[in-house]
Amino acid sequence: MTHPDINSGHMDSQTGKLGMWIFLFTELFLFGGLFLVYAVFRATYSEDFHKAARELNAFIGTLNTIFLLVSSMTVAMSLTAIQKKQKNLAIFLVLSTLFLAALFMLNKYFEWSHKFHFKLYPGSEVLKNLARGELLFFGLYYMMTGLHALHVLVGMILLSVNLVKIRSGWITSKNYLLLENSALYWHLVDLIWIFLFPLLYLIT
Amino acid sequence: MSNSESGTQLSYLKHPGKYKGILSWLLTTDHKRIGLLYFYCVIVFFFVAAILGLLMRVELFSPGQTIMGPQTYNGLFTIHGIIMIFVIVIPALPAIFGNFFLPLMLGARDVAFPRLNLFSFYLYLTGAILGVLSQFAGDGPPDTGWTFYVPYSAESSTNVIFALTAAFVLGFSSILTGLNFIVTIHRLRAPGMGWFKMPLFPWAIYATGWIQVLATPIIGITLLMVIAERVLHIGFFDPALGGDPVLFQHLFWIYSHPAVYIMILPAMGIVTEIFPTFSQKPVFGYTAILISSLAIAFVGYFVWGHHMFTAGISYGSRWFFSFLTFLVAVPSAIKVFNWVSTMYGGSIDLKPPLLYAISFIFLFMIGGFTGITLGAVAADVHVHDTAFVVAHFHYIIFGGMGFATFAGIHYWYPKMFGKMYSNRIANIAWGINFAGFNLLYFPQFVIGLQGMPRRYFDYLPQFQTGQIISTIGGFILFTGLVLMVYNFVRSIKHGAIAPSNPWGGVTLEWQIPSPPPHENFDTIPEIKHPPYFFGNNSNTKNE
Repeated sequence: MTHPDINSGHMDSQTGKLGMWIFLFTELFLFGGLFLVYAVFRATYSEDFHKAARELNAFIGTLNTIFLLVSSMTVAMSLTAIQKKQKNLAIFLVLSTLFLAALFMLNKYFEWSHKFHFKLYPGSEVLKNLARGELLFFGLYYMMTGLHALHVLVGMILLSVNLVKIRSGWITSKNYLLLENSALYWHLVDLIWIFLFPLLYLIT
Repeated sequence: MSNSESGTQLSYLKHPGKYKGILSWLLTTDHKRIGLLYFYCVIVFFFVAAILGLLMRVELFSPGQTIMGPQTYNGLFTIHGIIMIFVIVIPALPAIFGNFFLPLMLGARDVAFPRLNLFSFYLYLTGAILGVLSQFAGDGPPDTGWTFYVPYSAESSTNVIFALTAAFVLGFSSILTGLNFIVTIHRLRAPGMGWFKMPLFPWAIYATGWIQVLATPIIGITLLMVIAERVLHIGFFDPALGGDPVLFQHLFWIYSHPAVYIMILPAMGIVTEIFPTFSQKPVFGYTAILISSLAIAFVGYFVWGHHMFTAGISYGSRWFFSFLTFLVAVPSAIKVFNWVSTMYGGSIDLKPPLLYAISFIFLFMIGGFTGITLGAVAADVHVHDTAFVVAHFHYIIFGGMGFATFAGIHYWYPKMFGKMYSNRIANIAWGINFAGFNLLYFPQFVIGLQGMPRRYFDYLPQFQTGQIISTIGGFILFTGLVLMVYNFVRSIKHGAIAPSNPWGGVTLEWQIPSPPPHENFDTIPEIKHPPYFFGNNSNTKNE
């Protein structure tokens, strides 16, 4: 068992990773609450859920899934690049991850504003006149994808910090805990989307 | 390690850090200083909430309106609940004693993530201040009760959002603290300290940490959903929009029942340290105690439905939850058995910490047995939402967790501040507290059984005798608490210098000077004996 000196800035990597994994558990439980609510209403209003899901554009959803999957790959590759001391390649790969994340958010923006255009948002008159299950479906859609989008934003901030730290030489082939933990976080964001996508877009 | 070797470092109270003056406290990453910051905050907020509680007792002194109207009363019990639950009993024990003593008992220099630890403290402070502000700012104090039941919490025109946000922020702080401790226990145990050589307080903190990490996010997302309900009319819990209010109760109690174990497990951990020390005898049934900690943490996840027996859940689930509630009582009973057996045949030294620990067992058992009454479906339907529940809850939380906290303060005070308090005043304060507590809460069992509902500012005349005794008890208890705090404050200046091991304890925190040096240990100790090994000469008391 190692005993890191509390005065040195660099943390023992196994300790840091264990902390991150436990944090990811809490994230899973956070979304788990929403998945539970989804399960309850899906069981109660399965017809309405099918109807409402038709309003969502499965093409945009698929596109976003691809963006996130590829970005998960690029961030994993950037970690390997850092371990192999290829600093410029790592910077390029983190930049691509950020670019793909931005594309995801852009898509999301168009998707949401399209729905807002048809007055499909919580509390609107249009939504109140729909069947109860459809109303709840849209409530869940906004809550789940909204919370997920928030996580994408946090992930983007984290990755930008990494970008700066790789350039400044703080993250090296010996000290890449920050990048590794950020990548773990990014995979979680991806993983949650992998569940959101079929539950919301593909149940028609 | 003997005393003379560790004279090279300044104590953590005097160590000059990176910053000077007050900043050396506010920006500290030393686990001991952070523990004290929590300690002071908890004391302040505790007295705020205790005074709110006393005001409620005054209102209930006689039937009809005594000093306040119903709306004020509703605000008082809501804020009393929110502060007591979310600001004091959930965070207090892990945050104060976990922070201060976990690294010491493991033989570590600090927790695994010292800066995250400081961040948790500021989240805690933000949440606590938001909670108090909700009483004063905006549209009047929230009046939903600390349980935030929908649909009322989605409709009430009062400051509910403030209170919800406060609880959310405090939950986040609790998660980060739990995470920090789990990692600390996994990674920073001294060489030679295998899992089963770890003292039992760290084991209790470990079980608590997992509940904090895995249950708190559920309340987080639930509170977010209630906020969305209020702001966006999203409809999850609104029957008019197709939602289901009972779903909220499920989500709320999925966290809030395990939260009760966040409160009581560390309390059990503290008394488990006190019994062997004051009996000078190894703890009885080490393995049984640690397994029962983990069992409570695990089974405690699956009993939440017993809060909802009258909410219209199915017969099958009522049976299921009732059965599991009975089951969760078993590991608690095992612990009680072990504590009593630890004292059996030991050389008992009845100092204030042990007095509090023994009264903890007494009060906790009354609370536990009445809990079984409430866990039985048929009995619960009769006493649901009566003063009986209030009495049961306070016997567990105040009589159990509260008295264990007092036991812990009396036990570790010499180590934390390097001073001894007056045993005489401590004993007197204990007597007043114990008498006042029972006078305050026991009558509520009786009037509860007779039908006195909880959360009512007014009542029928036949309950008055019980209410009067209860109010008198409240004032007696408050006097005892003030006396206890006075003893601590006075002793910081006037107390005798504490030796490194005043009680003859054998865990690692007693092997270093009082107060501990900045980096705890000059050299990380190597563990050769099982915990609670009383055969060693270096462990003798030095009074």
